[in-house]
Amino acid sequence: MSVSQIYESLTEIFQTVFDDDSLAATPELTAGDIDEWDSLSNLRLMLTVEKHFNIKFSAAEIGKLKNVGELAALIEAKL
Amino acid sequence: MSANLYVNLSWLPRRPENFNELCRTALDSQGELGMRIRTLAGYGLDENALNRVFKVIVKTRDAGLSLAPLLPFRLGVISNANSHFLAPALTATAARHGIDLECIEADYGQILQEALDPDSTINRARPDAVLIAIDYRGLPLRFTPGDEKAHAETVGQCLQHIAAIRNGLHENGGAFCIVQTLARPVKSLTGSFELALPGTMRSLINAINIGLAESLAGTTDILLDVADLAETVGLAQWHDPTFWNLAKLPFSSLYLPLYAEHICRIIAAQRGKSRRCLILDLDNTVWGGIIGDDGLEGIVIGQGDATGEAHLDVQQTALGLRERGIVLAVSSKNTDEIARKPFREHPDMLLREEHLAVFQANWNDKATNITAIAKELSLGLDAMAFLDDNPVERNLVRQMLPMVAVPELPADPALYTRYLLAAGLFEAVAFSAEDGRRAEFYQDNARRVALQQQVGDLDAYLVSLDMHISFQAFDDTGRTRITQLINKSNQFNLTTRRYSEEEVRETQNSADCFTLQVRLSDVFGDNGMISVIICRQADEDWEIDTWLMSCRVLGRKVEMAVLQEILLHARSRGVRRLLGCYRPTERNQLVADHYAKLGFEAGAVDADGASHWLLDVATTPEQPVPMKITRL
Repeated sequence: MSVSQIYESLTEIFQTVFDDDSLAATPELTAGDIDEWDSLSNLRLMLTVEKHFNIKFSAAEIGKLKNVGELAALIEAKL
Repeated sequence: MSANLYVNLSWLPRRPENFNELCRTALDSQGELGMRIRTLAGYGLDENALNRVFKVIVKTRDAGLSLAPLLPFRLGVISNANSHFLAPALTATAARHGIDLECIEADYGQILQEALDPDSTINRARPDAVLIAIDYRGLPLRFTPGDEKAHAETVGQCLQHIAAIRNGLHENGGAFCIVQTLARPVKSLTGSFELALPGTMRSLINAINIGLAESLAGTTDILLDVADLAETVGLAQWHDPTFWNLAKLPFSSLYLPLYAEHICRIIAAQRGKSRRCLILDLDNTVWGGIIGDDGLEGIVIGQGDATGEAHLDVQQTALGLRERGIVLAVSSKNTDEIARKPFREHPDMLLREEHLAVFQANWNDKATNITAIAKELSLGLDAMAFLDDNPVERNLVRQMLPMVAVPELPADPALYTRYLLAAGLFEAVAFSAEDGRRAEFYQDNARRVALQQQVGDLDAYLVSLDMHISFQAFDDTGRTRITQLINKSNQFNLTTRRYSEEEVRETQNSADCFTLQVRLSDVFGDNGMISVIICRQADEDWEIDTWLMSCRVLGRKVEMAVLQEILLHARSRGVRRLLGCYRPTERNQLVADHYAKLGFEAGAVDADGASHWLLDVATTPEQPVPMKITRL
């Protein structure tokens, strides 16, 4: 799967999790940019990503993530 | 695949493509908002989709709008884990069960305080019930391998701890409690021997679960068997140590929809909303095959055949449900006499007429029949569940009678009962001696009830099926299937004339014959070839030598579409009249009025009972049909 395909999937996932069709996953996107992105919805986001790509994250990996760019890189490394 | 059953709640209909859109616009029109939200919640939804429905409910409340007819219920939640994610999932899931749920969450980890303090968040809220969501990590489980005395002490302490919580909630808040069994952790320190060794996790949890179940006798509290849920989906799937460590999620969120579904089921059951009657389809549900076409010898039921055993399992399960008080009924598209035959004469049938309270075998649509069954039993439609292998029938009933529960079924009949029981339609929170006798109480030897007029708007449903019909003259490719249908069809067959493949070939090549092979597809897929027509030139007229159709597509105006097609060709070839003939057999009563219904004029009746029918081609107007037409 190419990086652009990962971002495409992530855009879909962000729209689903945060119920907002105007969202687009970009490398610089962070939790500060989306009102609804709190610790609880972050868990839903991680779970939805795991389910979609059929991968598992460790707690440390999730804890370290700073923005969507790092999330995409982590996904790419696991595929 | 079975694991997906419990993740996706596959017994529920799949959510439509425009589900998000439907959620977003739910409040735009205000009529029957409660029912529309119930419909939205009625699909198989994952956590994100449940969240969407939850938002609709919150918006409805914020706008001061009514959620009626959903029944208000207040649920307190106390847990040793993170329970913040529960409220949205529970609230949305409750709507599926006709409940307008309000969740009151206790502060994290404050279990005993919440229960014992009359002024706590939970007790002050005076909820109807409190969910005590404690897992094994919330109890003082001491690992004391081989020490029987310590084992007994630990079990006693854990049970006492939960009893103290329950008592506190009863006394201070007046709520009944929903008490969870413990899902044991996957890891075993001693292996298989663990179950036999006192003081180990496995043997402690086993003893506590049994103790919990026993402690409920004589109380109003209700058991939520989480241990059973976790074992059903697999303990290794249920427990997710990463998310426990990260956020104290007590189990994998993949199973949140399932967990919420089970909690809401018992709340609904406690409010008397469980189903009381199971209505069974017959062909390809209760037995394999079609009794009207395959006959008593041709249907598959019983030991020794994989498909026969799968259907036997359906019968066994129905009988088991009857033992615990569920009333059984039959709704089948069949001739009554023929449909009853296996019950009376097939040696391998477990289900007999005496097990059935109502037996509706006729050619009406099933929504009308189910309404008649409910009326006859004096039960509401919301007490009915309907099991049918045919997705078209399932959807028709869902659309026309949304209160009836209609579980989805997979293609493989071996899994029918797994889906039916996973749907949990008959959830019980108690069992009385009366329950065991209830089915008998309703019994009246498989009576049949007179039908009221048809319910609902059938035409609108037919349009929603997006049917595509294709017409084609006989050809080499279709000939084998055409011959098969000619020699197999018994019910929707006007003349029951059988032809060999060679004879079909002659028809195909004859200039004096007009032939049609008809195929139909719809939103559920391709039904394949469903009708065969042979007309023979007789002077200026066409004699309809053969008209047969698969009963699977009955009641969908396919006959009408076929007639339009015959008329179209007859007109272009200057044919004067269509001559129909109905030759009665033991099996084809269904089509006795076929030509009368299509507007043919009655003609002579022969000594053997065959009736003749005429239709003037030029003066018969065209009729619209609810499907798209392709000519190949």
